[in-house]
Amino acid sequence: MGEMEELRKEMENLKDQITAARKTFQDSTLQEAAAGVTVVGRVQLKTRKTLRGHLAKIYAMHWGTDSTLCVSASQDGKLIVWDTITTNKVNAIPLKSSWVMTCAYAPSGNLVACGGLDNMCSIYNLKGKDGNVKVMRELAAHTGYLSCCRFLSDTEIITSSGDCTCVLWDIETGTQKTVFAGHQGDAMSLGVSPDFKFFISGACDFTAKLWDIREAECRQTFGGHESDINAIGFFPNGNAVITGSDDATCKLYDLRADQELLTYQDSSIMCGVTSLAPSKSGRLLLAGHDDFNVNIWDMLKAERVGVLAGHDNRVSCIGVSTDGMACCTGSWDSFLKIWN
Amino acid sequence: MTSNSNVSNMRRLVEQLKLEASVERIKVSQAAAELQQFCLQNAAKDALLVGVPTGSNPFREPRSCAVV
Repeated sequence: MGEMEELRKEMENLKDQITAARKTFQDSTLQEAAAGVTVVGRVQLKTRKTLRGHLAKIYAMHWGTDSTLCVSASQDGKLIVWDTITTNKVNAIPLKSSWVMTCAYAPSGNLVACGGLDNMCSIYNLKGKDGNVKVMRELAAHTGYLSCCRFLSDTEIITSSGDCTCVLWDIETGTQKTVFAGHQGDAMSLGVSPDFKFFISGACDFTAKLWDIREAECRQTFGGHESDINAIGFFPNGNAVITGSDDATCKLYDLRADQELLTYQDSSIMCGVTSLAPSKSGRLLLAGHDDFNVNIWDMLKAERVGVLAGHDNRVSCIGVSTDGMACCTGSWDSFLKIWN
Repeated sequence: MTSNSNVSNMRRLVEQLKLEASVERIKVSQAAAELQQFCLQNAAKDALLVGVPTGSNPFREPRSCAVV
């Protein structure tokens, strides 16, 4: 047992070392740096389209890279691919398991994926020869629910799970290429870096982790939240990470300074953050909450500059299109709304 | 067996912490300045920030109808 004690002491020492090292690089704050910048004027976005068709709570949505199509997943047991401009349903895919919690659109536009309480990630080919959308692969190995999935390409996808791990899969063979273990609680959300070399995960252990995909290791761990992290995303230039938590706050962590730069909070906001998305320049942070609203923050000044109120139930998912032209929100009220 | 796996778990945690402690860091002032610069440089292209003129908004119906 002597070794355990020594290891525990070493662990505490290393944690103190990291805290001290981060402090030595804290020569300023983002507040100070942005002191000369004026707060963004009030942001008022209007609902331009309402996508109707799901018959139950919507749990996830993801934009296609063409900024026109998007996919949504609902516990009515359907994956719907929408043309957001015409509001037409391009595909309505019936799922084997209706307990879906996440969906993703491949960058190529050829595939979509989803998963949930079935512990699997199912891949669907939208461009099959006979026009029918069929299950192409069922990626099974997680021992907990599938909370999030994101394609790297048509041949690789990353998943996060209630079993506390994230996995990189080879879609063609249906096998796990890499298991990313380290979180001490359910992994709830993940985001891939713009250069596809890294991904970030947020978990119920209140931390966010940065993973090197090819080296298969966790590079950095960020703490500070006081509850589960439900949502996570990269700042558009890939150098910072934004998290949203049940503690009702969002936080901005810089990857190169290896520390938290800002917390987005307000005493009037008491509901957990369910989803988040930055605008194209990174200046605005849109965060969906349990209280049916989306708060819009000036990311540099940490001031709330707008609210999107339009859903009659929890906003469960949000996404900004690749070209930054619009934001899409999905809700437990069964509707998706397009705003700009 | 449990005590062995606990020790190996701890060893793994310690190794991971060593890796995270060794990361190369830059000053917050530099990181903050670059984030700010990115925001300001890309502001004009950010439709949600600067707004979209009605005519060029793909999500808005044009006011006039064209008879083809």
